[in-house]
Amino acid sequence: MNFLIYVILILAAAALWQLVRVVELSAKLKGVDPNKVTERDNRMNARFMFTFMILMWVGSLWQLFAYKDVLLPEAASEHGAKVDWLMNFNMIIVWFVFLVTNSVLFFMAFKYYGRDGARATFFPHNNKLEMLWTGVPAVVLFIIIFFGIRLWNSALAPADKSTRVIELYAKQFNWTARYAGEDNKLGAANYKLILDANVLGLDSSDVNVADDIIVTDTVFIPVNEEVNFRLRSQDVIHSAYMPHFRAQMNCVPGMETFFHFKPTKTTEDMRVITGNPEFDYVLLCNKICGASHYNMQLKIVVGTKEQYNAFVKRHTPFLPGKIAAK
Amino acid sequence: MHAHGDLHAHSLEHDAHVHHGHDDDHHDHHETFVSKYIFSMDHKTISRQFLVTAVIMAVIAMIMSIVFRLQLAWPGEKFAFINMVMGDKWGPDGVLDPNAYLALVTIHGTIMVFMVLTGGLSGTFSNLLIPYQIGARDMASGFMNMLSYWFFFLSSFTMLCSLFIEDGAASGGWTVYPPLSALEKAMPGSGLGMTLWLVSMSFFIVSSLLGGLNYIITILNMRTKGMKMTRLPLTIWAFFVTAILGVLSFPVLFSCALLLIFDRSFGTSFYLSDIYIGGEALSQTGGSPILFEHLFWFLGHPEVYIIILPALGLTSEIISVNARKPIFGYRAMVTSILAIGFLSFIVWGHHMYVTGMNPFLGSVFVFTTLLIAIPSAVKAFNYITTLWKGNIQFTPAMLFAIGLVSTFVTGGVTGIILADSALDINLHDTYFVVAHFHIVMGVSAILGMLAGVYHWFPKLFLRHMNKNLGYLHFWLTFISAYGVFFPMHFIGLAGVPRRYYTNMEFPLFDNVQNINVLITVFAILGACAQLVFLFNFFYSIFRGPKSSQNPYNANTLEWTTPMANTHGNWPGALPEVHRWPYDYSKPGYEEDFVPQTVPLREGEEDGGSQH
Repeated sequence: MNFLIYVILILAAAALWQLVRVVELSAKLKGVDPNKVTERDNRMNARFMFTFMILMWVGSLWQLFAYKDVLLPEAASEHGAKVDWLMNFNMIIVWFVFLVTNSVLFFMAFKYYGRDGARATFFPHNNKLEMLWTGVPAVVLFIIIFFGIRLWNSALAPADKSTRVIELYAKQFNWTARYAGEDNKLGAANYKLILDANVLGLDSSDVNVADDIIVTDTVFIPVNEEVNFRLRSQDVIHSAYMPHFRAQMNCVPGMETFFHFKPTKTTEDMRVITGNPEFDYVLLCNKICGASHYNMQLKIVVGTKEQYNAFVKRHTPFLPGKIAAK
Repeated sequence: MHAHGDLHAHSLEHDAHVHHGHDDDHHDHHETFVSKYIFSMDHKTISRQFLVTAVIMAVIAMIMSIVFRLQLAWPGEKFAFINMVMGDKWGPDGVLDPNAYLALVTIHGTIMVFMVLTGGLSGTFSNLLIPYQIGARDMASGFMNMLSYWFFFLSSFTMLCSLFIEDGAASGGWTVYPPLSALEKAMPGSGLGMTLWLVSMSFFIVSSLLGGLNYIITILNMRTKGMKMTRLPLTIWAFFVTAILGVLSFPVLFSCALLLIFDRSFGTSFYLSDIYIGGEALSQTGGSPILFEHLFWFLGHPEVYIIILPALGLTSEIISVNARKPIFGYRAMVTSILAIGFLSFIVWGHHMYVTGMNPFLGSVFVFTTLLIAIPSAVKAFNYITTLWKGNIQFTPAMLFAIGLVSTFVTGGVTGIILADSALDINLHDTYFVVAHFHIVMGVSAILGMLAGVYHWFPKLFLRHMNKNLGYLHFWLTFISAYGVFFPMHFIGLAGVPRRYYTNMEFPLFDNVQNINVLITVFAILGACAQLVFLFNFFYSIFRGPKSSQNPYNANTLEWTTPMANTHGNWPGALPEVHRWPYDYSKPGYEEDFVPQTVPLREGEEDGGSQH
């Protein structure tokens, strides 16, 4: 089979070789240079340029329409709605510039193709034009920068101390969530204490550890309440990516990183919005972390406060016997 | 003119024995096959060596991309092609191994970024065009130049060797973030494969520095009489700034790699802290992977301009020659190159918005990054205005150059989205990023490089490439480039992370699969188009029709040399320059070009002033 492929490739190359020779020799007989660009070539390529411009309009706008359904549904978090707004704002500018600039480019190429005996216009510079297209992009970019930095600073500002803290702990190739208990204080951890029975390396001498709850199959968060995710990693860099909440932050070994947001839509709400009764929020790993990177995920459930309380009750604290000691 | 060129072509083989009477020819000794074709110090031979090596590396990287595109479109399907390329170990029954997938994306990226678009692009065209276009007999140091190529060769060779070792090549992504790349227990490719990657990159950095210093010195010191900086073709300006960027940033990559070597082999903890892996708590504490990211991207961002600036330089020249018009806004173009070069050093943090770097720093990098869009926009608009009222000659090179302007715009505008840190939160490391950088720097730079190959083929190999195959090559390549990377944005907007072996493992992304299939189909079409190029390239080296001395009626100095591989470039005295290189269709001249060697008439102003 492979042998056959090689033979076909070699024969194809040989045939092409002969074809090119024939064309070149016949051109030589006619006394013309086969590689001289003629007006006919120019006209042909100019028409292709125009055709490509049409194709670009049709193709890109068709994709915008046809792939609407693959895009993420509307944001399920408070800051996420603002991110979506900013995205739409920027996208309008980007689509406009993309279509107009490319169209002008291809149109110029179409219109000014070389004719025999014609001569180009000597037009080496024009300060007004250059000021115009330095100035206009500058103004537009400053608007983009203003909106962008404003949103970034508000979304990434440190969370209030009172915000509920949940730890997401990454390791090859799964996630563990840890809830802080009623005191909202996560107990201390040290990587040297890690054992099979103590994956997070929790330090049982710290009283705050006792009421921590460890969950490995689901992260449950209550709707309309701010949640501050504290991110840690055991081995390599991972990234906690929650696309539906427009949330992402790397998990870096040796460091704690944070991302906080307020979910605004329960899983049930989102099932209605997407029309998919099996829809679930998901936490993905989005930093290459090894062979099973592509399957490092955890289900996120957003529910009511009551459901959340029930969820917490269902799980046993890390050291139930020691809670009284606090 | 033509006869003159041919005469020298015939004397090519006697070149070594004939004394040409150069006024400063120091190399008038016997040349052997080895000194002429292998350890050559001639800039033209070195240029050809870079080009052919880069073409081979590009083919390898392209085959890799087809293998992983097959996997992404039809995960788990059996392909005889995958088995043929990957063998029974990495592609058992024609299904790609997950570790091999990561190795392929890593090495594909490394080869394309460094070996093809840095070494191949700068190495080929800086070497070919700097002495030719500034009117010098050769590089400042032919010996350093030779070393530059051979270190590049060693680097490429080492990288290829790493593909054949037991545990597989480096697989932590081309950015090789530790701890993944530092710990053998994290993934098999982080063992010997990663060591070889680091060795290869160290050779590459040596090559790049030797080359870059040479380019800078040559441009500053060896311009011929009358060749003021303001009369340099934009190609040379681009190579000049590129070389400066390389000289300033590659040493930082070297320190970055060196510390990684220490962490890997000598137990230091520059990048490592509090790690528990493979059932063992490592002793290293106090390091930070963020430090690596800062050092890496301090090179990594200038690096993308090291890739794109030479391509833009080639495009400037090709568009001007073939539009038969001066490049519009020469001084604005030079200023843009300098501005891009400067800004490229203060934007690296935009790769790190969500790495845990202080969010305040993020805002600073949003600002600097979006600023860089201004000189980029100026360049794009100036190219378009150069076409306006031109008399465009659609050589294959011109098509590729126009294609570059298109992809530079299309890829550039999505950069505005990614530079906005608030939007990057959700797009970081998704396919949106992959689509963005492939269009704006991958496709654009490749189109620029191909434009250069078609345009300067007569100076490289004294012959022409076939025009009609060139047209076929361009249109197939251009259509498939858009076909691959435009739909990819939508996959990114759907939230699909990059470097996933498959996105079919859970149902969330099932609906993007038809887009993945579309992309792969276009990728295969694009690869087939490159077969047309490869055929044309190698055929034309040996059998292409001989070129006349100035086939495009161009102004720059390389077309004043005879069509021969003359050692020392000009058989007689060096040419003297009297004007800028863009006097095309100048009023008052009968021909539509005025070579740089033509003296200014009385009262005639230089540099495109319209008085």
